[in-house]
Amino acid sequence: MKELINFLSIPQYAFTSLLILFFIGIKKIDFVGSKKFGKILFWGTIIFFLWAMTDSVFFATISWPDNIPIGILIAIVLWSTWFSIHKAVENDARIAKGEPPIEGTPENREKVWTWPNLVYTELFAIIACTIFLVVWAILFKAPLEEPANPTWAPNPAKAPWYFLGLQEMLVYFDPWLAGVVLPGMIIVGLCAIPYIDINPLGNGYYTFKQRKFAITTFLFGWLVLWIFLIIVGTFLRGPNWTFYGPFEFWDHHKVVAENNINLSEIFWIKLLNVGLPQNIFLREILGILGTIGYFASVPLITKYWGKNYLKRMGNIRYYLMIGLMLVMMSLPIKMYLRWLINLKYIVFMPEFEFNI
Amino acid sequence: MSKKSFAEYVANTQVWKSIFRHGPPDNARNRAAVVAGNVFLHLHPIKLKKSGVQLGYTWCMGGLTFFIFLALTITGVLLMFYYRPTAEYAFTDIIALREHVPLGIMRELHRWGAHAMVITVWIHMFRVFMTGSYKPPREFNWGVGVILLTLTLLLSFTGYLLPWDQLAIWAITVGSNMAKATPLLGHGGPGAALAKIGDFVMVSDKNDVRFQLLGGRFVGEAALLRFYILHCVFIPIVVAVLIAVHFWRVRKDGGISAPL
Ligand code: HEM
Repeated sequence: MKELINFLSIPQYAFTSLLILFFIGIKKIDFVGSKKFGKILFWGTIIFFLWAMTDSVFFATISWPDNIPIGILIAIVLWSTWFSIHKAVENDARIAKGEPPIEGTPENREKVWTWPNLVYTELFAIIACTIFLVVWAILFKAPLEEPANPTWAPNPAKAPWYFLGLQEMLVYFDPWLAGVVLPGMIIVGLCAIPYIDINPLGNGYYTFKQRKFAITTFLFGWLVLWIFLIIVGTFLRGPNWTFYGPFEFWDHHKVVAENNINLSEIFWIKLLNVGLPQNIFLREILGILGTIGYFASVPLITKYWGKNYLKRMGNIRYYLMIGLMLVMMSLPIKMYLRWLINLKYIVFMPEFEFNI
Repeated sequence: MSKKSFAEYVANTQVWKSIFRHGPPDNARNRAAVVAGNVFLHLHPIKLKKSGVQLGYTWCMGGLTFFIFLALTITGVLLMFYYRPTAEYAFTDIIALREHVPLGIMRELHRWGAHAMVITVWIHMFRVFMTGSYKPPREFNWGVGVILLTLTLLLSFTGYLLPWDQLAIWAITVGSNMAKATPLLGHGGPGAALAKIGDFVMVSDKNDVRFQLLGGRFVGEAALLRFYILHCVFIPIVVAVLIAVHFWRVRKDGGISAPL
């Protein structure tokens, strides 16, 4: 069993399984939002964590004080996703019957006094949160390691957990992309959401059917990319950022042969058998054209998929959305290129520190 | 004196009446007065839609984020009494805090609280998305929220350096090394090599963005001071101001979202 989980957590298998599960989940959204699935998910996570903690390696990772929040995060993310889908599915069923969503029933539209209706809820939340934090603080000491030593780097040197998704992206992209451009695009993209999504439905209540595309895209970025990469970066990366299964001991001598090659090498050396050209632009021509072609494929996407969106949204919104989505999809694409053909860089121009 | 009449007695003293200028909130007039007359409670409207008060709708995540932010401010100030941001003292001050303050859990509360705030702010954003609450008229407030989210992460990140242990400096080294790869502005980033006039290199490791962030070429004492000031003064002030804007806009945009 543990062997199997170790095997399945190898990023390419884990990611592919997650991808498949994600789209099955979207297709079978009514089942995902059912109480039955909620129960399975709830007890499933609890039993999995309890069972996994009997393993000394897993226990050591999860109980390392700074990793505890990630355990909490995973549970909360799973449950909150289920809960919102559950409410959405309930509302969708009501809407299909011609009833208003639950938030819009005459009873729920009525105004109630802030005191006592809201203030007591808040008081309760504050007390619960305080108890939770105090118990957490008593049970787990804040970690403190050896004093800072600039001459000796621990291995692995990890960023705080909430940035491990970005650090994990470093496996696939250079720092200028993984650490600067892509995070910047996440912030810009998030800010742009309300201006891109002009669907007037689903404002102020949970629903899935009325906002299928928006919710699927957001959940994809949130669960499949962001949370998944954090989990990989936290639990599955050991010394030298090598992969280790959740139940695999961090053996510092594990050597993984890195034989990644660049697109230019595949093209000129392996395929044409002529050696790399001197001129760097000629050398990288395939990658440059490929990258330009990727973003220049917008008219094609529009023709086969986006015509109606373009008509509804107008030029600026539509092209902004497609641009952001292409940027987002570049990550899984690069991941699969790495896994399938060991591709290191699509464009490799160390002369300008410009590697994609 | 029976219990009831004692409470009545207290409620009729001049002291009590000077603080709470209305009777118990058990009728409409006083319920309005208690919310409107209290500077903290008046963040709320006097009445709101039933759908908006339900825990199942907002999950109280925005409110808890705010509460944790306040808790972090208080525990953080307490920690500042014991902590000096210099390479010489930072680490030993943390040790001293641990060994000499009996039953001390301030450092724990502050650290776990910081983690918790990152989680609650993410889940808050998730809830806001899933209820479509970013749609008009709340587009701008969503944007304010995204900036708050970014600042929350930066707060947590700058604080990570302060214990000045191995975990701290190497996590920050990994993080701040990203800055050196900023296109054009970092000396290891694309385009920086082109920014040259003759032999004069415009972007070098002595003036690029990472240097500005760290006050040096590596995570040293200057970086500790910068992160300390960012963490304890600058970012919290900006966050506090933006939270005020955020709350104001929640009200001005019509309160908690509900079906139109
Ligand atoms: C320091 C961080 C933040 C604090 C303290 C905060 C606090 C709050 C509070 C107390 C509310 C009232 C409703 C509720 O509790 O859900 C609220 C609403 C809202 N927040 Fe935040 N928030 C923060 C970050 C964010 C982020 C990251 C976003 C989104 C990117 C966001 C977007 C919104 C929006 C659009 C509303 C209106 C929701 C509605 O009307 O239903 N906020 N916020």
